[in-house]
Amino acid sequence: MAEIVLDGVTKRFGDTLALDAVSMRVPDGAFVVLLGPTGAGKTTILRLVSGLDAPDAGTVLIDGQPMASVTPAERNLAMVFQQYSLYPHMSVRENLAFPLKSPRLKTPPDQIAAKIAAVAEVLQISHKLDNKATALSGGEMQRVSIGRALVRRPVAYLMDEPLSSLDAKLRTDLRVELKAIQAETGGTFLYVTHDQIEAMTMATHIGVLDQGRLVQFGSPREIYENPVSLYAASRLGQPRINILPAAVFGAHPAGAASIGLRPEQIVQGEGADSLVKRVERLGDQTRLHLSYRAHDIVTVTDAHTGLTAGDIVKIRPEKPYYFDADGARLA
Amino acid sequence: MSFSVTEPSPVQKWIAGTLVVVYALITILPLVWIISTSFKSQNDAIAYPPELVSPVTLEGYVNLFSTRTRASAEDLAANPPETWYDEIAAERGTIIVGPSRFGERFLNSVIIGFGSTFLSVFLGTLAAYAFSRYKIPLKDDLLFFILSTRMMPPIAVAIPIFLMFRGLGLSDTHAGMILLYTAVNLSLSVWLLKGFIDEIPREYEEAALIDGYTRLQAFIKVVLPQAATGIASTAIFCLIFAWNEYAFAVLLTSGNAQTAPPFIPTIIGVGGQDWPAVAAGATIFLVPVMVFTILLRKHLLRGITFGAVRK
Amino acid sequence: MAQIRIQNVRKEFGSFTAVASSSFTIEDGEFFMLLGPSGCGKTTTLRMMAGLDLPTSGQIFIDGEEVGQKRARARDIAFVFQMFALYPHMNVRRNISYPLFSQGMSRAEARAKVGEVAEILGITHILDRPVGGLSGGDRQRVALGRAIVRDPKAFFMDEPLGALDAEFRERMAEELRALHDRMRATTVYVTHDQLEAMQMGDKIVVMNHGVVEQFGAPQDIYDWPATRFVAAFIGAPAMNFLDFEGTVGRGATSLRLGDAEIAIPMSRDGRAGALTLGVRPEHIHLDPDAAYRGEVVAVEYMGTTQIVSLRTAHGALKARVPAGQRVAVGASVGLRFDARTLTVFDAANGRALISAANEKVLSHG
Repeated sequence: MAEIVLDGVTKRFGDTLALDAVSMRVPDGAFVVLLGPTGAGKTTILRLVSGLDAPDAGTVLIDGQPMASVTPAERNLAMVFQQYSLYPHMSVRENLAFPLKSPRLKTPPDQIAAKIAAVAEVLQISHKLDNKATALSGGEMQRVSIGRALVRRPVAYLMDEPLSSLDAKLRTDLRVELKAIQAETGGTFLYVTHDQIEAMTMATHIGVLDQGRLVQFGSPREIYENPVSLYAASRLGQPRINILPAAVFGAHPAGAASIGLRPEQIVQGEGADSLVKRVERLGDQTRLHLSYRAHDIVTVTDAHTGLTAGDIVKIRPEKPYYFDADGARLA
Repeated sequence: MSFSVTEPSPVQKWIAGTLVVVYALITILPLVWIISTSFKSQNDAIAYPPELVSPVTLEGYVNLFSTRTRASAEDLAANPPETWYDEIAAERGTIIVGPSRFGERFLNSVIIGFGSTFLSVFLGTLAAYAFSRYKIPLKDDLLFFILSTRMMPPIAVAIPIFLMFRGLGLSDTHAGMILLYTAVNLSLSVWLLKGFIDEIPREYEEAALIDGYTRLQAFIKVVLPQAATGIASTAIFCLIFAWNEYAFAVLLTSGNAQTAPPFIPTIIGVGGQDWPAVAAGATIFLVPVMVFTILLRKHLLRGITFGAVRK
Repeated sequence: MAQIRIQNVRKEFGSFTAVASSSFTIEDGEFFMLLGPSGCGKTTTLRMMAGLDLPTSGQIFIDGEEVGQKRARARDIAFVFQMFALYPHMNVRRNISYPLFSQGMSRAEARAKVGEVAEILGITHILDRPVGGLSGGDRQRVALGRAIVRDPKAFFMDEPLGALDAEFRERMAEELRALHDRMRATTVYVTHDQLEAMQMGDKIVVMNHGVVEQFGAPQDIYDWPATRFVAAFIGAPAMNFLDFEGTVGRGATSLRLGDAEIAIPMSRDGRAGALTLGVRPEHIHLDPDAAYRGEVVAVEYMGTTQIVSLRTAHGALKARVPAGQRVAVGASVGLRFDARTLTVFDAANGRALISAANEKVLSHG
């Protein structure tokens, strides 16, 4: 396993700047999640690390070695794609054997069989080994493609939204499985997603990307509790952080343009009146859609609250975040 | 009764079925005519009104494959027929003196047809892959240029080709004909195959690259198997063109490399209106393309949609 | 708008029973969710209501009229398929007005009607654009517009948001619900996503293997599942199940789980043998004094809360506790269950035992 370093990496596609001087260190054995919306540059980073694309400027280092002239095959990485990851003309077994049979590894057949059996066991696909890849369900396919990464010992695992095409239940299961696999193998993971739950639950480090720039890098807790910007604050948290003009709750630090309130930063029953517009019951919690001085606020309350639409509830900010006009965090 | 409203009703199914059967009968009629004529005697073949059922004879096939000479009764008596085909010839008052040239012509067709099909598809696949996957300067112009070679009928350039072939010594050679048909088919094959390869997500190859394979190995192990459908249907189109081509074959071949299409009409000249022999030639000529198409049928059906319905 | 009543409806495909005799009522103006895993019969049920499939037996009433064997176009309903199904060669206005012309409405009337619908959906500014260049959200609004414009008796939607990515799905779900709040049109919505069902629905029917497992308000179903299947299907992480051998007597207010005495809502059922205690993750509290113990296996940080995976003598558990609470992996912790919220299931048939807490919800079936 290895450390991956990006040093001032820039990548353009035509006129678009996909990555703007990104520097980042993925420590050996870390589970780094790159989080951002479509177009933030997450997948581009994976492709540069894997060697499928080359940076226009800057260096990618794996285990301290610059990768500029190293082919994807020689980098000895494993990558799981979002989709299209299984070869449709092969059986599950052949798919799993494919990386092992590569000219680099040339694994002897008995070892291939043993490794496939072991991985299939972990991912619970042993009974599907002789199926055609196309005969699998979405969840099984994704398990197999993860399995294809796990059959060998690469220096790091790259994963590009591997769970995004799956339904909620399966996503939850595979999240836990992936995390367990990482704990077991001690592998370095570089994982791309736009799903904040995946980022928060699996990552040792999250890298928040905004239009090709790495805006914050730290543990999930750091980023959730101490976001550097309005953008970073909006990436994590469900319901999403409420952003309002700084002045709506009265006094605010000089230079503040907006105030950010997560549900736990809103105290109910004290402060100023707000109108309940809608009560959304999710079972374990209930969301209140409030209107406060013509601004919408979403917060969370007790699952069995007696509040209904049209009620008045008092609210008060508690240790909120303030951001300046550019969205940078003030306090 | 319970049925799904989106399913066609039994009446609709019946009407659709009838239409299909009628259409099939109409299109199959000429084929039936040719095949049945090939098993008739010369007199039955030109009988008026036409006979639907007449005695089956292999006379047409015997005439197709043999050269015969008219013989007197004494000659016939002196040379009693030794085999079933001698017998058929004797009934018509002839003696077989040797094979006809149909066998060679047919073999020429096979060599040239399949040879050029293989080359077109082989080169086409490589070119299509390159066009699909690599950044090539002036890619769109090149593709258009390749397509433009198909914009006029190839025969329009027959004279320059004839002169070039003569100058290069390619006239009436197998290599020359294979080269020519390959050149004509290549634009079709590049365009068709590019469409199919575009449909195969790059991720498959990229996965193979990361898994430790080279570009070429990834192409062979991952792209080719998935392009099989496209390759099969392209091959059929190429073969059909090369197999049926007539004009160039007449112009550029004579003794050595002549294919079956220009030869079949010449059969008629030997000893009057030998329609059964012509029909037999046409029937045998049909067989390879039919077999080839049937072998690749399951690919063809999916291929004809040009990958549009594939996921 | 209309009330829809399903009575003993059953659908067989050959020897396969897709929907076993089902009955429920969708009130006028309700946003109604048909929820279940794939193959549970929810789509078939919807298609029967819409007239795309005809039931093998049973009746369907729309607005009091029996329509079970009538075809779709005789039912005056709008079916929203996969939301992106627009006519690509027409502009937005033509797409929306298309159903009106087939009804024979005049051009001027149709124009006014389309304007009105565009206003509701906030797409007035794109009416004359081709549908090709529209964003996903706008395409979806146009598809909705085409459904709304006819003023049908009800809207039927089959996983309309299934193909969208998570963030966008949530936004569209909110928009759909807001639209419904404005229009109050009877809407039947098929989904396999329990969160979507909870978020949007006024009522939910949970189906499994062609059988209606439970029918009711989202919060009631969440709090008081009728079966173990429903309990497991709704909520994320799912309800925890602790299997044990024991006895719950009629009138009992506690049960024995290993060495621990667990308080439960007063039971109205008596049952002995294989039982299952169901407890939601947010109803498990880490309490050093609690008798029931578990070992912490993993902790997943979720921002406001964290999910603690535990190993106990009766199987794996997940607890949702505040993110601020310190939890060490490997530690043995005491677990206190919120007594008022527990459900006991009969392990043999998976049905919840009736208790003082859930009898109101479960009594009507």
